[in-house]
Amino acid sequence: MILETHDLSIGYTKKTIASRLNLTLQAGELVCLLGQNGAGKSTLIRTLAGMQPPLNGRVLLNGDDVRRLDARALARRLGVVLTERADVGMLSVHDLVALGRYPYTDWMSRLQPEDKRAVNRAIESVGASELAYRPVSELSDGERQKVMIARALAQEPALMILDEPTAFLDLPRRAEIMFLLRDLARESGRAILLSTHDLDLALRTADRVWLLANGTLTDGAPEDLVLSGAFASAFQSEGVSFNISEGAFHVQRPQRTPICLSGDGVTRLWMARALERAGFEVVDSAVDRVEIITQTDSARFRLHYAGVLTEYESIYALIAALRDNSGVVQTS
Amino acid sequence: MGEITLERPYSAGVWSRRRTVLIALSMGLVAAFAASLALGSVSIPLNNIVTILMGGEGARASWTTIVMNFRLPKAITAALAGAALSVSGLLMQTLFRNPLADPYVLGISSGASLGVALVVLVTASAGVSLFSGLTLVGDVGLITAASIGAAAVMAIIAIIARRVRHTMTLLILGLMIGYMTGSLVSILIHFSIPDRIQTYINWTFGTFGGVTWSQMPLFSAVILIGLLTAYWVAKPLNAFLLGETYARSMGVDVRRARIGILAASSILAGVVTAFCGPIGFLGVAVPHLCRILLRTSDHRVALPAAALMGASLALIADMIAQVPGGQVILPLNAITALIGAPVVVWVILSRRNLRESFSA
Repeated sequence: MILETHDLSIGYTKKTIASRLNLTLQAGELVCLLGQNGAGKSTLIRTLAGMQPPLNGRVLLNGDDVRRLDARALARRLGVVLTERADVGMLSVHDLVALGRYPYTDWMSRLQPEDKRAVNRAIESVGASELAYRPVSELSDGERQKVMIARALAQEPALMILDEPTAFLDLPRRAEIMFLLRDLARESGRAILLSTHDLDLALRTADRVWLLANGTLTDGAPEDLVLSGAFASAFQSEGVSFNISEGAFHVQRPQRTPICLSGDGVTRLWMARALERAGFEVVDSAVDRVEIITQTDSARFRLHYAGVLTEYESIYALIAALRDNSGVVQTS
Repeated sequence: MGEITLERPYSAGVWSRRRTVLIALSMGLVAAFAASLALGSVSIPLNNIVTILMGGEGARASWTTIVMNFRLPKAITAALAGAALSVSGLLMQTLFRNPLADPYVLGISSGASLGVALVVLVTASAGVSLFSGLTLVGDVGLITAASIGAAAVMAIIAIIARRVRHTMTLLILGLMIGYMTGSLVSILIHFSIPDRIQTYINWTFGTFGGVTWSQMPLFSAVILIGLLTAYWVAKPLNAFLLGETYARSMGVDVRRARIGILAASSILAGVVTAFCGPIGFLGVAVPHLCRILLRTSDHRVALPAAALMGASLALIADMIAQVPGGQVILPLNAITALIGAPVVVWVILSRRNLRESFSA
């Protein structure tokens, strides 16, 4: 057990955000903390990291209260990566990661052989070896975030806490960081806790999800939370619903026009998506219908709409025609 | 691109660059120091200066007096003051993560000038005559007044620093102290007599010539203590480059480190202001020059580099203020600003991203 909380209440003097939390983090586990904006994710993270006093209860890191450990002892057990983009001035990647050895080095921060090994290992494990001697100020946001993770790794902590580490990254970079963190947890045997808004990525990478909503925290494998409906209810809000069979969120539209779609394979799947986006509901039988005519190397689309038959070469052209012809599409 | 992936050549390259810069700055300082002894209203050959410094007599008797009683204490003062202000500025820029922070950002010079203004302007109007002449810089009374003023501000800052969570609050506080003392001084000036106003203004011009041999041990001891303290906090300063939250998460005792940094910076700026008057721009410009020269914000090299460069530039500024060969002496503060302002402008304009150009 790396981290455990006993009857933990978090929040501020005037506002309790969540109470009686009894949480645990195991070695080698990647845990994603999910919740809507304002649910208290940052407060929980700050409390667990010892940056903010709990209203009640205790946070134990390897058996010791985080509020009682001095800064140096805490830094050897806990590494932190924050949301804010840190401007670090003129430092190379290697120098920045070496700062992670702060709790181990002497007053001149001289690196001993084991410090150098830890720094190199940290840089390698985030795949930043070829960046090692570049100035940090020249890195892209994704590279910079990897380096900040390497810096936390160089502290050789039992637990790493990351507050929205993917917030400012583009989609491929987000996936890269999330899978990197999952592998790091597995390979290094550290516990990693991160908060994120990337539900989809969290569902795919997390060993466990902490779902914070309305002052309660639901804990379980992502699949458990999906099947129990906890996920759907936590993110339920007007116009958006969680589709349990697709594992994704949908924007609800009122009053969909039924349309029939014939055809099969991938083309049918994507045609259906296009129709749904345009405000139609794909049903088994309806007056209007779309036919997919598969040819050797391409597909044509035949539209029976309001008694008129037309043929199109692309999905875009068909949807555009629907948009021109039907008031339904425009108003939805 | 990062073609260099092996650690050896990189470390060797970086450290040799750092060593080269430090050696060049040291040689620059020696040259500036020698020049400041040799040049002035009377030029003295270098071999004579060496003789005089070794305890011998110069070719002319007056040269011994000039070097030993005027130029040597002045050069030592300039070197120490320049080093002190530059190091103090570097500490403030890192602590506040602000490229325009300088030694006086906390209101230390404001405190000192209020102390001096009170002594010079108020005692005069009260009819007390403490001073015989108008050139009072270096006077014990002024040094005491400036020290008390600077120390009072430092004490206020220190008390508040223990409570404040965010360092930015201190920055705003320092600015407000500056405004308040500035207006108090204006009021004092408004009710004062021209002679006294002139004395006060002379003090604000700044000079390195006011420290006598009897004051030198105190002056140099305090500055050396301040410089050593600054070097002692080099490690937490490097962590502060990432901001206070990260520094704390990496094991820095933020409150203690902050007090150490503030103490070193305030003592350095305070003692220089007390003995030499408020000397601007060195503290804001030198740290930028050092980082650009070294290509790193690593305080383990940036601090000694700032001390060496600050000392040299202070000596050079003082030589320019003397107007070599002439009898005119320009206000020192005018010269440091003339050197410093273009540097700051250049730093701001030549960087794509200002934030990259400074330590934080």
